[in-house]
Amino acid sequence: MASVVSHLQKSGSSRAHASSVTQDAPWVRWTLTTVALLFLGSFILLPLGAVFAEALRKGWGVFFAAFTDPDAVAAIKLTLITTAIAVPSNVLFGVAAAWCITKFQFRGKSVLLTLIDLPFAVSPVIAGLIFVLVFGLQGWMGHYQNAENPWFPWLQQWLVDKDFKIIFATPGIILATIFVTFPFVARELIPLMQAQGTDEEYAAVTLGANGWQTFWRVTLPNIKWGLFYGVILCNARAMGEFGAVSVVSGHIRGETNTMPLHVEILYNEYQFSAAFAVASLLALLAIVTLVLKSLVEWAHTRSNG
Amino acid sequence: MSITATNIKKTFGAYTALEGVDLNVPSGKLVALLGPSGSGKTTLLRIIAGLEFADEGSGRIQFHGEDVTDVPAGERKVGFVFQHYALFRHMTVAENIAFGLNVRKRKDRPSKDEIADRVNKLLKLVQLDNLGKRFPTQLSGGQRQRVALARGLAVEPKVLLLDEPFGALDAKVRKELRRWLRHFHDEINLTTVFVTHDQEEALEIADEVVVMNNAKVEQVGTPQEVYDHPASPFVYNFLGNVNRLQLPWRGLGEGTGAPFTDAKIAYVRPHELEIIRYRVGVEGEVATVHSIHAAGAVARVTTRRGSSEFIDVELSRARLDELALLPDDSVLLRVRRSRLFAEDYAI
Repeated sequence: MASVVSHLQKSGSSRAHASSVTQDAPWVRWTLTTVALLFLGSFILLPLGAVFAEALRKGWGVFFAAFTDPDAVAAIKLTLITTAIAVPSNVLFGVAAAWCITKFQFRGKSVLLTLIDLPFAVSPVIAGLIFVLVFGLQGWMGHYQNAENPWFPWLQQWLVDKDFKIIFATPGIILATIFVTFPFVARELIPLMQAQGTDEEYAAVTLGANGWQTFWRVTLPNIKWGLFYGVILCNARAMGEFGAVSVVSGHIRGETNTMPLHVEILYNEYQFSAAFAVASLLALLAIVTLVLKSLVEWAHTRSNG
Repeated sequence: MSITATNIKKTFGAYTALEGVDLNVPSGKLVALLGPSGSGKTTLLRIIAGLEFADEGSGRIQFHGEDVTDVPAGERKVGFVFQHYALFRHMTVAENIAFGLNVRKRKDRPSKDEIADRVNKLLKLVQLDNLGKRFPTQLSGGQRQRVALARGLAVEPKVLLLDEPFGALDAKVRKELRRWLRHFHDEINLTTVFVTHDQEEALEIADEVVVMNNAKVEQVGTPQEVYDHPASPFVYNFLGNVNRLQLPWRGLGEGTGAPFTDAKIAYVRPHELEIIRYRVGVEGEVATVHSIHAAGAVARVTTRRGSSEFIDVELSRARLDELALLPDDSVLLRVRRSRLFAEDYAI
């Protein structure tokens, strides 16, 4: 009896005592936090700060001069054009892929799912090389352009007349970017749509909605936050992609250089301030992306709660 | 509006969900499709709704004599209520109910005021008057189910199809809501089919019960018919408790006529057995009392015959007091009513 009473008194004592049961000792907490912060600081914040510090070392004049250079302007433009085409394309493909994978049953579904992951699995350099192999002058397209008796002679004529090139030109850069960033939207949507199931769509159908109405009024509102999130990630990668684009670009200054490629060229030419200035712009875009991402997450949890 | 389904077959790969099923739902009735999971009842309901289609060339679906087999779901004019409600989570209750009207082509669409008016009437009908502005997540399960019902009714369907309408609710709400549905059906008089695996639910509110098992219809009849005269061992087992008595049993299987000469099992409901104290010279099968459960309106005595055959007997509490039974007492069991089947049913 006495032991029971003492036990009750013990368990009913101070709050600090109760929390010590569920929490680790202070020194453990502090050590772990410090290690995490040190790691974060030295591997992420420090380099990021260094980029900006390096960019501004020779003053604001040099910093802004880096952006007025015609080659830099062209690189920024090309990056924006590429992103403006790649992101909407992948939104379209990603939503279509997620829609058909999650709402319909068909043969070869798992094959399609694996294919969507392919751009993540393959090194971007290899992706670039594949495009060179297919569309380059020494590749299939080159053979076609030089063939004696091609299929569709009008197409060959058109390609020759217009001097249409994919590799070492903007189309190749856009293709490579689309390839590399393809999984972002689809990967974001598939688990979400799988979790939501198909009942709401079926309900809409029995109420007389057609496929288009079902998509716009039922499916899309349910996935909008996930879609937005996918778009942000896709956008970040589309602007920052280096490997695949580097292979297909050909590094023609003022023509086929994107921002990351421009940074590399400047750096290799020992124009550190200019290189870091352009790099800081890319970093800034990344930070804006991350802020947007957290805003979306915040809005999402709020709309759910 | 009657519903007729003839020879419906449905296979998913190697799995057979429906094996040539016929169904006839008379106009204005409340019919239950009752069966264990995997019996094909939900598939049949979805085929009637047009959410699934029967195997190529197998069967026909008719609404009031009119063939709708190839009519898409949206044009069949069915109200479908899903087990987990399937409410549109980003819309308010009122928007959910108005959905079926808002997606109509412009020339068929009622005006905004008419839609609002109809939504209000439906909200009143399902007793959710002031909840139109809420979102589905702010409602209880029973309320959500009624919103789903109102949404289905908004398009003025000719038949109402409910897939396990009370399956996701707790026991008390379930009981209330099913009685409410029965009243509701009597009010609106719409041909209604609902799927359930709960025999109590089906027997309590349906006009007619269709018992399904293993992709086939086992029996069709009023609740009393299927309960009192089960057509197969399965139905006997599925509807209520039943004892399976191994023959021979004194007074059973002899002189009962040709059809049952090879009978091995007698099916007897616990309340169709009479229990008395053992006395020499009195007719009856000898058993010993194993346990007594006296909680509830009806008492249940579990007896043991031979070494391992357990037989449940239900009797009134007054009768139990009269008998004053104790475990291990010897008793005599007498069958008032039974049905013999040649083969045992294995669940």
